Amino acid sequence: MTINTLAKGGCHREQMACFRKMEKVIVAMQDPDMGMKMRNQRLLITVIPHAMTGHDIITWLTHKYRISEEEALHLGNMLVKYGYIYPLKEPRCLVLRPDESPYRFQTPYFWTSTRWPASELDYAIYLAKKNIRKQGELMEYEKERYSLLHKRINHTWDFVVMQAREQLRSSKQRRKADRIVLECQEQAYWLINRPPPGVNNVLDTGLERPNNFSCRVTLVSNFIIEACRKALGRNRVKSSICLEGFLKYSEQYLNHDPIMQGCLPSNPWISDDTAHWTMNAEIVPVPTRLRVERWSFSFTELLNDAMGRKEFMTYLEKEFSAENLYFWQACEDIRHGENSKIVEKVEDVYKNFLAPGAARWVNIDSKTMDKTLEGIKRPHRFVMDDAQMHIYFLMKKDSYPRYLKSDLYKNMLAKAIVPQETKKSVFPFMRRQRHSSPSPAQTATQAAEEEGLAKGAGANSAAGSHF
Amino acid sequence: MCDQTFMAATFGPCDSCSKPSPLMNIYIKNEATNYCSLCVEMMACQGLQKGETLESLKRESETLKKKLEEERNKLNDVELHQVAEKVEVLSALSIKTRRVLKGHGNKVLCMDWCKDKRRMVSSSQDGKVIVWDAFTLNKEHGVPLPCTWVLACAYAPLRSLCLIMNGYLGLDNKCSVIPLSLDKNENLAAKKKSVAMHTNYVSGCSFTNSDMQLLTSSGDGTCALWDVESGQLLQSFHGHTADVLSLDLAPSETGNTFVSGGCDMKANVWDMRSGQNIQSFESHESDINCVKYYPSGDAFASASDDATCRFYDLRADREVAVYQKDSIIFGASTCDFSLSGRLLFAGYNDYTINVWDVLKGTRATILFGHENRVSRVRVSPDGTALGSASWDSTLRVSWSFSTGSNYIFRFIKLLFWVNSRLVLEFTVAF
Repeated sequence: MTINTLAKGGCHREQMACFRKMEKVIVAMQDPDMGMKMRNQRLLITVIPHAMTGHDIITWLTHKYRISEEEALHLGNMLVKYGYIYPLKEPRCLVLRPDESPYRFQTPYFWTSTRWPASELDYAIYLAKKNIRKQGELMEYEKERYSLLHKRINHTWDFVVMQAREQLRSSKQRRKADRIVLECQEQAYWLINRPPPGVNNVLDTGLERPNNFSCRVTLVSNFIIEACRKALGRNRVKSSICLEGFLKYSEQYLNHDPIMQGCLPSNPWISDDTAHWTMNAEIVPVPTRLRVERWSFSFTELLNDAMGRKEFMTYLEKEFSAENLYFWQACEDIRHGENSKIVEKVEDVYKNFLAPGAARWVNIDSKTMDKTLEGIKRPHRFVMDDAQMHIYFLMKKDSYPRYLKSDLYKNMLAKAIVPQETKKSVFPFMRRQRHSSPSPAQTATQAAEEEGLAKGAGANSAAGSHF
Repeated sequence: MCDQTFMAATFGPCDSCSKPSPLMNIYIKNEATNYCSLCVEMMACQGLQKGETLESLKRESETLKKKLEEERNKLNDVELHQVAEKVEVLSALSIKTRRVLKGHGNKVLCMDWCKDKRRMVSSSQDGKVIVWDAFTLNKEHGVPLPCTWVLACAYAPLRSLCLIMNGYLGLDNKCSVIPLSLDKNENLAAKKKSVAMHTNYVSGCSFTNSDMQLLTSSGDGTCALWDVESGQLLQSFHGHTADVLSLDLAPSETGNTFVSGGCDMKANVWDMRSGQNIQSFESHESDINCVKYYPSGDAFASASDDATCRFYDLRADREVAVYQKDSIIFGASTCDFSLSGRLLFAGYNDYTINVWDVLKGTRATILFGHENRVSRVRVSPDGTALGSASWDSTLRVSWSFSTGSNYIFRFIKLLFWVNSRLVLEFTVAF
């Protein structure tokens, strides 16, 4: 079957928790006061007591949990799929129908959680009983499984057949209604625990998670004590301030969230029109207004957008402080680039930005400069971090606010386009052709080529600035 | 004692007795060391100072935990839903599934969007990884892999590499990187390059800000940072006491932290440079299946088997919201925020996707459609659509039809539809 044939272990915990919750629902449904109304149901000539209709189940769930009918139907369906309620009319089809079809509660004896995992022996006895009762007229897959079991547990076969005969004999002594009920219950149990081929196995839980290292009690306790002590010394911010932060953020980005507010000219997925994507591509001649507005939200937004970064660079060049941004980009390249190139890149950065008399000397405070120069002697990925941070905050506190107030930015904002909302076609049959876009691998190779050329020309361009 | 098995993270000479054997990575006074099992036992017993017993240690850790809770509560002056009362109630969301991507032969275990906002990659139990153009429904690449249970996949930021994860069953606990090329006939599987190695299944992966570094989480209880080019391990993160199931990188200015969630019900925040565990949150009642940062980087959400999703504030250092409902019985396996962070999409094991209002704590809407567990939900990079992968071997793309003018459009569409049906009826009758 699956790889989860081991005994109760990791992921069965998850299933058991779900079962317990479902059982609570079932018990609540059977509550004499608040539970469901049950009635007798006619099945051919016998009358089955304590049955209910699909419609009743859905109504009860809708009232109890205050959910929609669709959701109640879904929840009820889950209860049927997991075997807590079984259908009387079409017993092989475990689906909840929202009409007058009769259903019954499964007896706790046959709850999946009670006897889990279902044993092969029990299955063999069940198939043997069915075989005897139907005189060999089993379903195809049941016949196959029967013969397989016969081979596998052959040594216990006498026991199996004997048990089957005994159970059949004792069931003959019951009333017909009881017998039918018991047969239905058992059949429902096996439909879930040994589903026919082609039906989803609801008990399939995927990869098991057996690992748990908390056997090392002393080590774990020590670890927890250390962690708690460290955490106690932490600086925390008042809740009211933090939570206001979330509100402000969500409000600020509300217009930029297509799921909440839609997008202009139209959501490409709805209208099959990729204009929105072309207008917001990495590099466009004129960016959209929303995009330019976003640059003013935070410095990270500006730097993360390729166009924004280019604009900012132009501004800095005017102010003669462009070396800051070049330095920052070079440091990012070191941090995120290949391990093998770190030494070489650090050398470059030193030569271009930190050495006395360098072409693009950056102004960092002496303490950080000393620390960095020390670190360069043994270059590693994070050796430029302090200097990079210093320059980043310098730009953020000084150049960035001035950029936002500058003419360059204001012009950009004024020029920016506000796309017209596409008039929706009244004729829905005229579907637009959906065209494929160039593969990102292609744009990446083009970019790499361009970059190679640029590097060859000797300019110190950081990776990722061309797209 | 000799019957006890433990997960060996590495093999080599023990730091204390120098004998080569399976080693456990442990921390002694905040330093990571590798000891063999015998030395670990000896050290653990010696770790008890005079007058200490296991009982006293346990009691001490309990009291410290309580003290920590008190400290956290001191600055808790208001709840999220109280603050959110002044926010407008969400207008009725109308999110519908309109694309279904069929092509996998078995459960789809993971999916990820490409930065071009329309392509996605998905991996499945049938051993295949497929790159789709979700907009046109074309399959662009299909990479067959030698093992099943390809647990995770991700696109690299520069879009030229696609990451795939192998996992479980034997020696295949590797992470591989494949460069995507234009030539569709090229055998991509042959260009696969193995990067990461764990001693147990690899559950989650993510590229850091570039194509050159990879972060992985594993069933052996650790997370690890790798250099893609050389396959070298750059940093490892120890602290979980059970399988780590998920991780997410912080979208912060400094870009140095990430959060991981695991079967020990804890969510830990780590510093990538030092390997230290910065913060830890333990309030879930069962395995944490998925963690995801809030877009501003100041908080994160987690989805768990206890059928709840929780929202943790990093600056206040506490859990600030629990998203749960009586009628939701099955565990949540995945979650993701919308672009503004106002909505949290969570996929559950009862085949549904619930959409939560993050600020108010209520459920906005519920999406049906999948016929088996939802294994992954991801919002597209520009926030226009929601992609979901499921064990029913399909992927679905859904989006919102929430703007008002839609109603007129749909009404007219309905008129046309009714008209066409009537025409059909007439022709059939004759």
